[in-house]
Amino acid sequence: MTPLPPFQTVLDEHAATVMGILRGAVGREAAEDCFQETFLAALRAYPRLQDARNLRGWLLTIAHRKAIDHHRANGRRPLPVAEVPEAAVETGPEADERLWAAVGALPPKQRAAVSLRYGSDLPHAEIAAALGCSPEAARRSLHEGLKRLRKELA
Amino acid sequence: MSTATADTIEELKARAAREGLLDVAYATTDSPFGRLLLAQTKRGLVRVGLPNQDTDLLLADLSARVSPRVLEAPAALDEVRRELDLYFAGKLDSFDLPLDWRLSSGFRQRVLRAIDRIPYGQTRTYTEMARKAGNERAVRAAGSACGSNPIPLVVPCHRVLRTGGALGGYGGGLPMKQSLLELEGVLDEKSSS
Repeated sequence: MTPLPPFQTVLDEHAATVMGILRGAVGREAAEDCFQETFLAALRAYPRLQDARNLRGWLLTIAHRKAIDHHRANGRRPLPVAEVPEAAVETGPEADERLWAAVGALPPKQRAAVSLRYGSDLPHAEIAAALGCSPEAARRSLHEGLKRLRKELA
Repeated sequence: MSTATADTIEELKARAAREGLLDVAYATTDSPFGRLLLAQTKRGLVRVGLPNQDTDLLLADLSARVSPRVLEAPAALDEVRRELDLYFAGKLDSFDLPLDWRLSSGFRQRVLRAIDRIPYGQTRTYTEMARKAGNERAVRAAGSACGSNPIPLVVPCHRVLRTGGALGGYGGGLPMKQSLLELEGVLDEKSSS
């Protein structure tokens, strides 16, 4: 068994990735809260973690769950109309960061659909449930989001 | 651009502390001898790392032996830092800090607890410490208990000398031991033993 590194190391190494993905999944503002929820949940479970080899994957799984929780909690409420996109989306050195930044700049419903489908690997029916819309509407949001991403990242 | 803001991380740590999830809080602080690592549990100060000791190794050791819930939380160590600053300035002769002894056990812990009672500006011998810990003949073991002291400075192992007055050893290096004893007025400056 690999010994668990001090949790501070885990935070230092993965905070940026987790924040990037959460911003893509739930938007800039909600990401702050989901970020704290993610790391609190991780900290709670950490001493019992059996395998320290894939901490990144472990954290991202928790982050996706928190993002889904967030969407479920908001599911019954109408989603806000498009947020003002960042004036300049700076592209980071990593392709991952660039992609998630682009996802973050999508309108909320498309953003949520894309991140739930590809970040959390949810089927259309569950995305629909999380967003509080019909599967058809979820599929449409996903389609529109992907189209926009392709254009953005081309 | 996806870096979590300092505020978010600050708040995360405050929430962790409130929920009782901060098992080991640590901070580093400057001293006249270099950077010190200070680590504290809910019971009290558990580890002081001297400047010549590797911080990453010390933190890994705390993670393995106390709890992996180790987070940098400078505010939690404000009081420790304050007392150490006063001590180095020659303005404090007795620390008033709760201590967590869990990193030592048995005879070693008894030696360290005896050392903890040596007053400022006084010295004892390894033999005396061995006797106080219940085994006068275990002088070498008493020496190695000093050498493994997890809370140096606050538990003043620098006040333990060889019979006859030779400095013996010190985890932070003999020059540091010499300076601490000069600070406390035990040794004259530049006197060598």
